[in-house]
Amino acid sequence: MSNTAEMPVTDSAPVIRPKTSKDDRTMIGFMLVIGLYLIVALAFPLYAMLSKSFSTYSFDLNNFEFQVDKGAGWSDPVTAQALNEDLQVVKLEELATSSDGRLAATVFFPDFSFRSTTKYRLRQIRAESSFLVGSTRIADTEWHEFESNKFRRIVLRPSSATGLDNFRVYFSTPALFRSIENSLFIATLSTIITVCLAFGFAYALNRSKMRFKGLFRLIAMAPILVPSLLPGIALVYLFGNQGMIKGLLFGESIYGPIGIVIGSVFFTFPHALIIITTALAISDSRLYEAAVSLRASRWKTFWTVTIPGARYGLISAAFVVFNLVITDFGLPKVIGGQYNMLAVDIYKQVIGQQNFEMGAVVSVVLLIPALFAFSIDRYVQKRQVAQLSARSVPFEAKPHRRFDLICLFYCAVVGIFIVGLIAICQYAALIKFWPYQLSLSLVNYDFNVMDGGGWASYSHSIQLGIYTAIAGTIIVFAGAYVVEKTNGFFATRSAFQFLAMMPMAIPGLVLGLAYIFFFNDPANPLNGLYATMGILVVCTVTHFYTVSHLTAVTALKQMDREFEAVASSLKQPFYRLVSSVTVPVCLPAILDISIYLFVNAMTTVSAVIFLYSPDTTLAAIAVLNMDDAGDVAPAAAMGMMIFYTNVVARLIHLFLSRNLLLKTQAWRLR
Amino acid sequence: MSEQQAVSAESAKSYLQIDRLTKKFGDFTALDEVSLEVYEGEFICFLGPSGCGKTTFLRAIAGLDIQNSGTVSQAGKDISALPPSERDFGIVFQSYALFPNLTCERNIGFGLENQKANKADIAKRVAELLEMVGLPDQGKKYPAQLSGGQQQRIALVRALATSPGLLLLDEPLSALDAKVRTYLRHEMKLLQRRLGVTTVMVTHDQEEALTMADRIVVMNQGVIEQIGTPIEIYREPSTLFVADFVGAMNQIEGKASSNNSVKVGDTTFTSREHNLQTDSPVIVAIRPEDIVPHREGTSSQGVFETGDTENIFDAAVEDMEFLGSFWRVSLNNSDFGDAVLIADMSINAVRHMTVEIGKTISVEFQSDQLRVFPPNTNTV
Repeated sequence: MSNTAEMPVTDSAPVIRPKTSKDDRTMIGFMLVIGLYLIVALAFPLYAMLSKSFSTYSFDLNNFEFQVDKGAGWSDPVTAQALNEDLQVVKLEELATSSDGRLAATVFFPDFSFRSTTKYRLRQIRAESSFLVGSTRIADTEWHEFESNKFRRIVLRPSSATGLDNFRVYFSTPALFRSIENSLFIATLSTIITVCLAFGFAYALNRSKMRFKGLFRLIAMAPILVPSLLPGIALVYLFGNQGMIKGLLFGESIYGPIGIVIGSVFFTFPHALIIITTALAISDSRLYEAAVSLRASRWKTFWTVTIPGARYGLISAAFVVFNLVITDFGLPKVIGGQYNMLAVDIYKQVIGQQNFEMGAVVSVVLLIPALFAFSIDRYVQKRQVAQLSARSVPFEAKPHRRFDLICLFYCAVVGIFIVGLIAICQYAALIKFWPYQLSLSLVNYDFNVMDGGGWASYSHSIQLGIYTAIAGTIIVFAGAYVVEKTNGFFATRSAFQFLAMMPMAIPGLVLGLAYIFFFNDPANPLNGLYATMGILVVCTVTHFYTVSHLTAVTALKQMDREFEAVASSLKQPFYRLVSSVTVPVCLPAILDISIYLFVNAMTTVSAVIFLYSPDTTLAAIAVLNMDDAGDVAPAAAMGMMIFYTNVVARLIHLFLSRNLLLKTQAWRLR
Repeated sequence: MSEQQAVSAESAKSYLQIDRLTKKFGDFTALDEVSLEVYEGEFICFLGPSGCGKTTFLRAIAGLDIQNSGTVSQAGKDISALPPSERDFGIVFQSYALFPNLTCERNIGFGLENQKANKADIAKRVAELLEMVGLPDQGKKYPAQLSGGQQQRIALVRALATSPGLLLLDEPLSALDAKVRTYLRHEMKLLQRRLGVTTVMVTHDQEEALTMADRIVVMNQGVIEQIGTPIEIYREPSTLFVADFVGAMNQIEGKASSNNSVKVGDTTFTSREHNLQTDSPVIVAIRPEDIVPHREGTSSQGVFETGDTENIFDAAVEDMEFLGSFWRVSLNNSDFGDAVLIADMSINAVRHMTVEIGKTISVEFQSDQLRVFPPNTNTV
């Protein structure tokens, strides 16, 4: 500095490497921890699943060599391949198998008898596969000698390779391939119906002066509080083989597309409604005044002002609903009958056939429409924000008797549909034995005598809900904070942001399956987490990460960008700012995130279906399993328990918010 | 640049030295080798159009966006690479960034609370600060319950609470309406003078800069155009950009003749000295108040108040606009082509000389105020 005058003019100024402050280092530490969480809980499992979908297993008959001694000394070594060429006992297509495939060695010896004195020798030529003697695995390339009584217990194991074979098998299996078509059809049809219904409902709420708006809002949100398979149970009671009003279907079966679509409309309705209501709420009343002054008819105004204004909301709602339906598995499982859908296929492949590779393949197939819908939705959401202008004047509806009555009637019909399905479930739960003994009883609540884990699963679910709400809120908020408030590290933050958005595009079932591949690997140091409550919490938090993250980011974005700068100029560490300003100001959002996580942890089936253990059975899964076992009424009873729990949780949330907000948000009152 | 820095009558100690600061955002150079020396107790304004780099400059001094190269030292200590928390400054932002959920008292006390001061001392200091800005009984209120001007003063004392050596102000008045702004800029200037805290303020409002600053740093496209006292900046603009940005300025295309004259059309005017090549195209600049009307009809009659015939010419009055304390007169002369000259004339002069629309009057370019600049794309 002091000798700058002596420096030649061409000399350049010293390059500055900013010194990081303690706060910066802490923040980066945080970002690394939470980034690591997302990598372990999301990126690695998905990678494990992808690689699983490409690993193929087949019996390599050329790799196994036998020698036989029938009392006259050892015969020449002969490969299983050579034996099979003579015998044709194993068909070519039977050679492809799963990681669990087993092939008895005795099939190559038609004259085998375990009583004979014949001795056998077996070896692998290359150490690429293995064979089992009973449960002992032999993977070396030595000759092993067996008595015939021992030889009967030998099974050959497949060798693995990487390739597209699984996909080839998938696309050449019509039953599996058919599911793609079914899934797309159901999702498209449900989307159209839900979006139209929800638009009408939102329109009535926003644009009319009808009565009971608050009540209708509450009713419309109810489906969020129940597992997606609950409407399926209600539909079985209404239209099933012994249904109350079966005749209304004119001989069509509810088990199949009809049931799935009706149920899907039920459980996706609130999601579509929220998005469309927001889109309608931001419309600018000045446009309507202009339309009136130009003497445009109501009809014309609707098509030239209302629809274009809400179009991003409609598109966004459509893709969200599409995604929910195509990735949902509980509902088609309960009411789908023989109608296969992608999500159910994953379940069947994994649970039914233990074919994990094929499960992974279907998951990858399911990921494609889900990712597509997700990216369109993100794109549209970004456009919608740009539409908002600070100068917009909110639309205020004017009373219009006939229109208001029509709106009321319409909302009542939709409301009856929603309340009706839930009421049917409650009714079903209280009936002793439908349709033979119609007396009311609580016998269906005696979960301990049923499949599914009994009352313990209910308490596990509450535990899961609470842990998820607490751990999830902390992780999500801390993650959103470091993304929003760290300076620099642009690449790291974008990577983090990308990871945080990913879970929305990943179907729960796919995530759960990915967790099996990743966490159940004995080589994984986190293997201990498998089959614990811990993995359920991790999976649930990750599955519902995106929406929580966006809520937190929105709240943090409303904070002045310069708070951190002011705090550091006042020599205050960032955690003081966080504890005395950021968290109190964001408290409403924090409470919203925790209730969102709790409710979803209570209702989710798909994210945890592969991960629960006998010690960690869950209520929503008990609903599925009891239904599967034919205990439909107890399933409905458990479903209603989830519903009431969520209602109570909502009420507590409301109460807490009120009280806490009075304390922490006094500044909002002028 | 050193010539421009040959500063002021103040013989005060140098407090802040900034040497060849460069800040890049990707390919965009926001600050290009800027250097500046600030004296203790001085009030400095960074003035310039939006995007000129003034806020970047302030944030670099604060350590909020640390420069790529160049050094900053404050009170003899090199702080170039230090994070904000290890520097010594208080800052007020355009948004004030008051913590909405804390009362004004707690906002002001925020920086005092863990400096091992006890509660009573903090309360005393906070009360003193509130008193200082004339808001003694507003401490229990939340920021949202105060007016914009009150919020601004709370933000100001919060920044001053820890008695920092340097006060940084980032457009602190631009969110206020005109009347409050005029009042507060006076108040702030008084307070600053009383406390003697070295202050750097960023503004795009030239009036604010001219009224508040001891020295103004005029910036444009990442470089410093001129550093000087308000009067220097106004009366002695060193570039066409400064001349144009600060105050109103007539600009006429012409050609250089000798080193103290310039030719516009067929008329030659005496100007300030310049070193531009003869016959090279130039811009002739003169402020509206330096175009002075003359008592008698035309120059041929030879009756002039200055007794001097130089730089006097006839011009037609095209339009007149009454602006309260003076008239703004639009003048036209065939030598200037289509260009309209703006002259500010006092009410007395207009009445005295019966200046009217349509009339031709005689005016003078004051030669010591007639500046010549090379034509330059670098204008506002």
